[in-house]
Amino acid sequence: MSAPTPVLEVEDLRVRLRTPRGPADVVNGLSYSVGPGETVAVVGESGSGKSVSVLALLGLLPRGVATVTGRALLQGEDLLTMPPERLRQVRGPGAGMVFQDPMTSLNPVLTIGRQLVEGLRAHSDMDKAAARRRAAELLGEVGLPDPDGALDRYPHELSGGMRQRVIIAIALSNSPALLIADEATTALDVTVQAQIIDLVEKLQADHGTGVIWITHDLGVVAGIADRVLVMYGGRCVEDGTVDDVLEHPAHPYTRGLLGALPDLAQPAVDGVVPDLATVPGTPPAPTDLPPGCVFWPRCPVRGDARCETEQPPLVQIGPSSGALPHRAATWCTETSALGTESSGEAR
Amino acid sequence: MGVSVIVFALVQLVPGDPIRLALGTRFDQETYDALLERSGLDQPLVQQYFNWAGRALTGDLGVSFRSGETVTSLIAERLPATLTLAFASIVVALAIAIPLGTVSALRPRSLVDRFATVISQFGISVPDFWMAIVLILVFAGTLGWLPSGGYVPLSEDPLGWLQRLILPALVTGTVSGSVITRFVRSSVLEALGSDHVRTAQAKGLRTRQVFGWHVLRNALLPLVTVTGVQLAYLLSGVVVVEIVFSWPGLGQLALQAVQARDYPVLQGAILLFAVVFLVINLVVDVLYTAIDPRIRR
Repeated sequence: MSAPTPVLEVEDLRVRLRTPRGPADVVNGLSYSVGPGETVAVVGESGSGKSVSVLALLGLLPRGVATVTGRALLQGEDLLTMPPERLRQVRGPGAGMVFQDPMTSLNPVLTIGRQLVEGLRAHSDMDKAAARRRAAELLGEVGLPDPDGALDRYPHELSGGMRQRVIIAIALSNSPALLIADEATTALDVTVQAQIIDLVEKLQADHGTGVIWITHDLGVVAGIADRVLVMYGGRCVEDGTVDDVLEHPAHPYTRGLLGALPDLAQPAVDGVVPDLATVPGTPPAPTDLPPGCVFWPRCPVRGDARCETEQPPLVQIGPSSGALPHRAATWCTETSALGTESSGEAR
Repeated sequence: MGVSVIVFALVQLVPGDPIRLALGTRFDQETYDALLERSGLDQPLVQQYFNWAGRALTGDLGVSFRSGETVTSLIAERLPATLTLAFASIVVALAIAIPLGTVSALRPRSLVDRFATVISQFGISVPDFWMAIVLILVFAGTLGWLPSGGYVPLSEDPLGWLQRLILPALVTGTVSGSVITRFVRSSVLEALGSDHVRTAQAKGLRTRQVFGWHVLRNALLPLVTVTGVQLAYLLSGVVVVEIVFSWPGLGQLALQAVQARDYPVLQGAILLFAVVFLVINLVVDVLYTAIDPRIRR
């Protein structure tokens, strides 16, 4: 699955934020790569460091607050050490980004056309008229009805789904090698969500774009991803091909996430639908991470003496179905030691 | 309409007899009664109100008890001075507030930001008459660079006009500017943190573009509102500053009218202030539709 030269190669990415309650280690040693045409899904709860880890790549975290270390090679160039002007040139043609909330991610006082045109013109010497024509083309590509008319519309005149298409058009306007979708469909209803996913897959097939898809929706992951990376407490706790991770989850946290999926096939007992399984508790505060396994405070298994005190490394576990190793960071690799994860257990 | 009732009622609540004050200490009952009748003050209040309001609608605000001049001519006489000071103050205020507020928003909690906070806190809390007196002492007294007060029309003596304008405009401008600085800082900060600014950065726009079109453009909305409020306040006469600088504006006129219980002048002035507020609010609303497409329909 992974191509010889990855579009993006992240090594030991760490992000530390300065907060009033002391330094917060939001991302702690994240490594992954994205090949051309490949989709990597990054999964985790709110606060697991998913968004921060990608914002850090493009230098979009607030200045003076975040310290980012590690390496992030985009087509061979390190994003984290490049001079600001080079980084500006890379934003757009190198990596386009789609943000979570279509309602706030567009400038309310500028027309759609203007917001597309300025992005195009920042990276080429296109004249205004040419950029406008290209903008209309792009809006057509993302399936916006009446692209020419839409150029003169303001964001508030479009629905959420349409705005998200505009944001995708902006992200794709400079044909990026990498597309980062940060919870791009979370704020949309399910039918629109499916359309947007189709759209990204189609564009990906046409342009060979590598995609990082950040989400907490495992249904989306199953539909779109080649590879999955599960994040918890700023660490990667499990990664592998989508089949390996979703069908043979090894980390207790991944199992918990999958157990928390509602199962429509499960029959109601005496007319009562079983409660959803949940992972009890909340993620650890990044200012105060546990010394051992990050998941230990909430873990239902705790099957090893080292869980509390020693941080488990991310190692290959068991056989892998695809070309990628299936890795997990847990001491509890014995399947027998892990409880069953069926959602009926919550009763 | 509502405004006119309130203006009228408030002025009537002021204790004191205007006729007595106008006549001085020695007068006979006959003169008193004659004047009372002529001014219409012997009629019932409701009658007085309708007389006044009816005439006001036609632009006749009555005649001053004290000087016998028409209220409109008194106001017209004072208006240029007030307009001059108000607009000069707003210019000073914006010249202080926009750079100071922007810079402190760009570097929150930095030295510049702290300095700006102290300055604006100072501007808000220091009494304007005190600042006026200190400026007069320094620039008119010790240094002797500028006159201590007075007003000459621009058409008569441009240099003298400017010299006399600087100090009062500086005082009122600093006070308004301090308030506006706070707003600029918070609205620029808010705009900076907004999602669409991040989108603009992610597009790879140049910093200048991000700042001009995405940050400042959106920070403009609250700025227009607060500037409008400040301008309305300045136009309704800054009484204390006008008195310290012997600036013949509307604030001074209103104060003199209060002291003399000169009802027609006082009512006329207050009505004008109310109208100024309404007009400025209207202008702000119109500007809003120009700036913010979400309001256009």
